[in-house]
Amino acid sequence: MISRRDLLKVAGAAAASVAADRPDAVAATPADAPAREAAHGQPAAGAAPAGGPLQALTADEADLLTAIVARLIPADATGPGAVEAGSITYIDRALAGALSDDREAYRRGLAAIERYARSSRGAPFRELSPVDQDSLLIDVETGGATWAGAGFDGSSAAFFAMLKGHTWQGTFGDPFYGGNRDFIGWDLIGYPGVRTSVTAEDQRLGAVSTPVRRSAYDTDMFNKATASAAPAGDRRADHA
Amino acid sequence: MPTTLETRDVAIVGLGAAGGIAALPLAEAGLDVVGLEAGTWLTRRDFAPDEIRNNVRSWPQAVQKANHEVPTHRPRPDAPTTRASSHPMMNAVGGTMLHYWAQSWRLNPWDFRVVSETTRRYGRSRIPAGSTVEDWPFGYDELEPWYDKVEWETGVSGRAGNVQGRLDPHGNVFEGPRQRDYPMPPLRGTGFTDLMAAAARGLGWRPFPGPAQINSRQFQGRAPCAYHGFCNRGGCHVDAKNSTHLTTIPRAMETKRFTVVTRAHVVGLDVDAGGRVSAVRYVTDGEEFVQPAKVVLLAGYVYENVRLLLLSKSRAFPNGLSNNGGQVGRHYFSHAQGGGVSALFPFDLNTWYGLPAQGTAVDDFADDNFDHGGLDFIGGGNLWVYSDRRPISAASMSTFGRAPSWGSAWKAFIRQHADRVNTAYLQKTTLPYESNYLDLDPDVTDPLGQPVLRITADYQANERAINDYVQDRMEHWYRAAGAVEVQRGNLGSMGPTTHAFGGTRMGDDRETNVVDRWGFSHEVPNLGVLGGSVMGTSGARNPTLTIQALAWRTADHLARNWKGIAG
Repeated sequence: MISRRDLLKVAGAAAASVAADRPDAVAATPADAPAREAAHGQPAAGAAPAGGPLQALTADEADLLTAIVARLIPADATGPGAVEAGSITYIDRALAGALSDDREAYRRGLAAIERYARSSRGAPFRELSPVDQDSLLIDVETGGATWAGAGFDGSSAAFFAMLKGHTWQGTFGDPFYGGNRDFIGWDLIGYPGVRTSVTAEDQRLGAVSTPVRRSAYDTDMFNKATASAAPAGDRRADHA
Repeated sequence: MPTTLETRDVAIVGLGAAGGIAALPLAEAGLDVVGLEAGTWLTRRDFAPDEIRNNVRSWPQAVQKANHEVPTHRPRPDAPTTRASSHPMMNAVGGTMLHYWAQSWRLNPWDFRVVSETTRRYGRSRIPAGSTVEDWPFGYDELEPWYDKVEWETGVSGRAGNVQGRLDPHGNVFEGPRQRDYPMPPLRGTGFTDLMAAAARGLGWRPFPGPAQINSRQFQGRAPCAYHGFCNRGGCHVDAKNSTHLTTIPRAMETKRFTVVTRAHVVGLDVDAGGRVSAVRYVTDGEEFVQPAKVVLLAGYVYENVRLLLLSKSRAFPNGLSNNGGQVGRHYFSHAQGGGVSALFPFDLNTWYGLPAQGTAVDDFADDNFDHGGLDFIGGGNLWVYSDRRPISAASMSTFGRAPSWGSAWKAFIRQHADRVNTAYLQKTTLPYESNYLDLDPDVTDPLGQPVLRITADYQANERAINDYVQDRMEHWYRAAGAVEVQRGNLGSMGPTTHAFGGTRMGDDRETNVVDRWGFSHEVPNLGVLGGSVMGTSGARNPTLTIQALAWRTADHLARNWKGIAG
């Protein structure tokens, strides 16, 4: 019997070839290649170039962010992770547009993590072992890095929560925004994909729905204009 | 210099759930009606199934006038005041109905008679201390024809449990008697909601499919629900969600006696020398307009209705319009919607699709449907489980202490469990209290320089006792259905919410109420108020259908008594 996971894998491979027609398409990467690299503490390089030139982050910031994100959702035995899914591209584009209010928080937060790595672990974050990287990130997550003089804006936990939230958005959100490349995120959790109509059979226990691997904006049904650009709250406000 | 427009018979402020209803009976009665709406028209093409835009970035409701006027909140006068970054409601033709869950309940007959029924059954001492709750000025029977009208004119799907006293165990046997069935059968069940219904029956409870203002089949030429999974905070891409922008507003416009003015940011109401409301002032792109009207119907959300009255000060009403009795902003309460319960199952639930209105309800522990004799509270909660999941929220689920929240171990956990969690929505009775009220914030203003509203409110002992009781029942239900882990959420605070009530309460006693039994001000006879702000009790269920039934009734009353009210 073929499991739903197996079906998803097959469909994922099919989607990768379809994705070549997309403007932000990248060549499909064998799932085990990045896994091998990450296992040795070397984040898969080139996440930003694969999504086009950086729009908000500096190259150094993107490299550090890549190393962090590679620990949050690693490429490992269960498949590719957040880096391979293009979450850096998602965050970079968002910081240049809808989330531009957070640009400064990233600049300060990433610089603080790097300072904290040097002061508490004696080396730049990217040169630490995966175990040390994880223990450092736990310090940041729990707020333990806040008082180390690294320069976090408020609690380090707040920056971690924001970064993690954006990483999840870039891994599991609609690929229209530059992340969830090759539907890596949706394959990971078994999401059968965006449909515009769902049958009763699709909602039965044990149903196996053929995964749909497309963006909401791959059809002509929906306006794209509302999906990007300005920060929340600043449009259509009828104030002088 | 403001531009003064031609006088209209009726000006309606806000074209959402309430104002969008009132326009139809007024225009059909031959009155000349203008609707002033801060938002714009949106269409099905604006409602993409896009979790980042709809849920994460809160579009469309984030691009709104309302977001510049988010009320502040403090639990008590001596507690710090905080302010959320976005407003729970949105501005558009159709209002928040564009993206609401569309659960379309009638209140239970008990909700109209909380004081007298509690006194009769348990004694007057069981009304919680400090509560200002009153019986409504009329009972369920008075509103039944208007519930029926909204259900059949706009389209509500559901399974009746009590038609003229005949009980049907497949529907809600606790509901008040209805004159006829719903116009459409309920939204379909899913594997998961059927499983939960079976578990509830096994406990001796009486589960049923909830009512929804969503088409379960073709209705009035519009499509049935597509169950695609992006209803929650997203509008309907097939026009199956029966917002007023698709139902009563277009019909009112067809009469040629109803004009919709979009992007009209209302800033105040004017009164004449006789103390009657004479005009509505609004701003569009910085330009100010005065819209004179013989009758004004204030039909915004609770916060905006109260705020506009408090902002509209005059010689006749120095503390705000219709507030010489000091009742505007009093008797405020908001549904205890927090305190959800989540459960982890050892098998996939297949709830990737569906909508919050597609679910199984249990009303055995709501209102006064059970004996409170040995309990320390009155009221109760509606238990609701439904099929709704999107990928980012799924990947953000609690790990129930079984895995860390990131890294390889998390990844292995989420790969197995992303479709194995469910969270129940538990709406619980909330009462009004002397200590919970709305007023203008002394420090915070909107970009026009006008004070925003301030909420002073906190849950009291009765609400907390209900929460504990209802969470116990919900945990019991989940475990009966096979859940292996259960987590309880906190009740939370009473900050800005989608289920706010009171502030311009309806009642016969003008000492304790702002509007009379017909929805017209006790102090300003040609000013009507529509919306949740007139409601004196919350019930244990979503308010929109009640708001619409009341709006239709008030508009009908105005049309029938036009000369007396318009003067």
